[in-house]
Amino acid sequence: MPKKIKKSYIVSFIAVVLGFLLLCLLFDTGLLGKKSAYFNGLLVVGMFYTIIVCSLNLLTGYMGEFSLGHAGFMSIGAYASAIVTTLIANQAELPGVVLYIIAILVGGIAAGIIGVLVGIPALRLSGDYLCIVTVAVAEIVRVVLSNFGIPAVTGTATFGKSFAGIQKVSDYHYVYITMVLCIVVMYCYIRSRYGRALISIREDRIAATASGINVTRTKVLTFTISAFFAGVAGAIYAHYITTLVPTYFNFSKSSEFLAIVILGGSGSLTGSIVAAPILSALPQLISYVVPSFASYRMLIYAVILVVVMIFKPTGLFGGKEFSLYGLLEKISGRKKDKKEG
Amino acid sequence: MTEEKTPVLETKSLGIQFGGLKAVNDVNMQIYPGELVGLIGPNGAGKTTIFNLITGIYQPTSGSYFLGGKRMNGLKTHQVVEAGIARTFQNIRLFKKMTVLDNVRVAFNKDMKANLFQSIFRTPYFWKEEEETTKKAMELLKLFKLEEFADQHAENLPYGKQRLLEIARALATDMKLLLLDEPAAGMNPVETAELKESIKMLREKFQIPILLIEHDMSLVMSICERIYVLNFGEILATGTPDEIASNKEVIEAYLGKEDDDEGSEA
Repeated sequence: MPKKIKKSYIVSFIAVVLGFLLLCLLFDTGLLGKKSAYFNGLLVVGMFYTIIVCSLNLLTGYMGEFSLGHAGFMSIGAYASAIVTTLIANQAELPGVVLYIIAILVGGIAAGIIGVLVGIPALRLSGDYLCIVTVAVAEIVRVVLSNFGIPAVTGTATFGKSFAGIQKVSDYHYVYITMVLCIVVMYCYIRSRYGRALISIREDRIAATASGINVTRTKVLTFTISAFFAGVAGAIYAHYITTLVPTYFNFSKSSEFLAIVILGGSGSLTGSIVAAPILSALPQLISYVVPSFASYRMLIYAVILVVVMIFKPTGLFGGKEFSLYGLLEKISGRKKDKKEG
Repeated sequence: MTEEKTPVLETKSLGIQFGGLKAVNDVNMQIYPGELVGLIGPNGAGKTTIFNLITGIYQPTSGSYFLGGKRMNGLKTHQVVEAGIARTFQNIRLFKKMTVLDNVRVAFNKDMKANLFQSIFRTPYFWKEEEETTKKAMELLKLFKLEEFADQHAENLPYGKQRLLEIARALATDMKLLLLDEPAAGMNPVETAELKESIKMLREKFQIPILLIEHDMSLVMSICERIYVLNFGEILATGTPDEIASNKEVIEAYLGKEDDDEGSEA
């Protein structure tokens, strides 16, 4: 491993640990008092948004294909994990962590399997056509979930309306660690030969095949990975909100994820990591800070999108990644310059 | 002599039909080890179509082609590349938003072994392989004097350098046959001369056979050992540059007949 990269990994690791300690300080010591639960909620939502937005960025930013159906994969993860954990919880008493780990794995794998099944035929298409297929898939999933019950699980039939009584195990400590792991995996995927192949396909599909890249395999693999993380996000959501309603995972949810990707900068994981928590919390925060403004919150959301698109069409980060180590090096480099100069 | 008679690439009555149009028809070509063969012909004669057939972008509707004696029909483009045919494109097709180095490293992908698990968990093997690949890619860039641009986006290279980068990328696939599609198109005389040197250097260093499509006749005539002339999708003539230059049919195809009476033909 090159020395420079090793150093930057260590810096990033320290930053992640510090972030974790900061959150513990804010929420576990009761520093926020009564508001604690409220902000805790925003935090968890922000974190699962981060996961799903990053996963969508894999497709949009790196593969160059739009998906307007990520809410569909998220719902598969949510429902699959909820069914399994409810079944398990009915049988035996398990600690929350174990249930949580089972939930995210089941959610991710279920969505991943659907991702493969959808991806193999759908990824023959590209551009607008693929986009339409993803919309269709998400709609099919939503309609199926609305119309078929899951009676055996909770004892009572849950025909379409809602799936209640899910274990609340998405504690923000676990979610934070999950989020970091997901981002690390996606980052390493992009910064490997797989990622290079993926980006080359985005840049020029024909040149990529002529350089020996198996386009279909790379695309299906990426689509599956993306669906997997969408499923993980869904599992986290299910075990945080405890009641699932199919209509939550509608088209506007999918387009919201896509809007966040574009706003943060497609092709920049950092952009997604910054934009997702802010934009997911923004409507809530506006109505919280200025209650009289509550009915205008979606308007503000839209205005922000329009303004960013006009002044920075490539998104906030525009395909660039932020490196903490790089920043530290720049600062220390400047100091040296000053000393010498 | 007998072993030299096994061609690296052989096409046997290769053809493709788009609807009623026979874009390429009954093409028989042989390329022998170490040869530099030119493929010329008027615009629309089907030269690039032949490249697309050989590299699996189109599937032939008749005939077949062989690489080192192995039948290649039905292979997909990336499989053709794995078998050993690399190409460049008439309109430059670089990965514009990738660095010059990464453009070449992509082409090493098919020979890299690090699996998904190793890549994501950054095992020592992953780093070793990345390092080796970078080293090999830098060596290729050095051959074309591109090493100083390694960290720049490919789209920021000057035109001539982009052409060379495309050739470098093609070489990275470790091929047995190199197809160059109009490498000198749009180049100024200085760049063309540079290209000529690069092609010469390639042949000395790698000893690979090259099939070259080119409109720059002085380039073709000066470096090719043998030339195929294509007209209306069919081979019109074949021979050494001198033979081709004095071939009456070829001159007619390019310039038209002296007494071209269209009325009598219709």
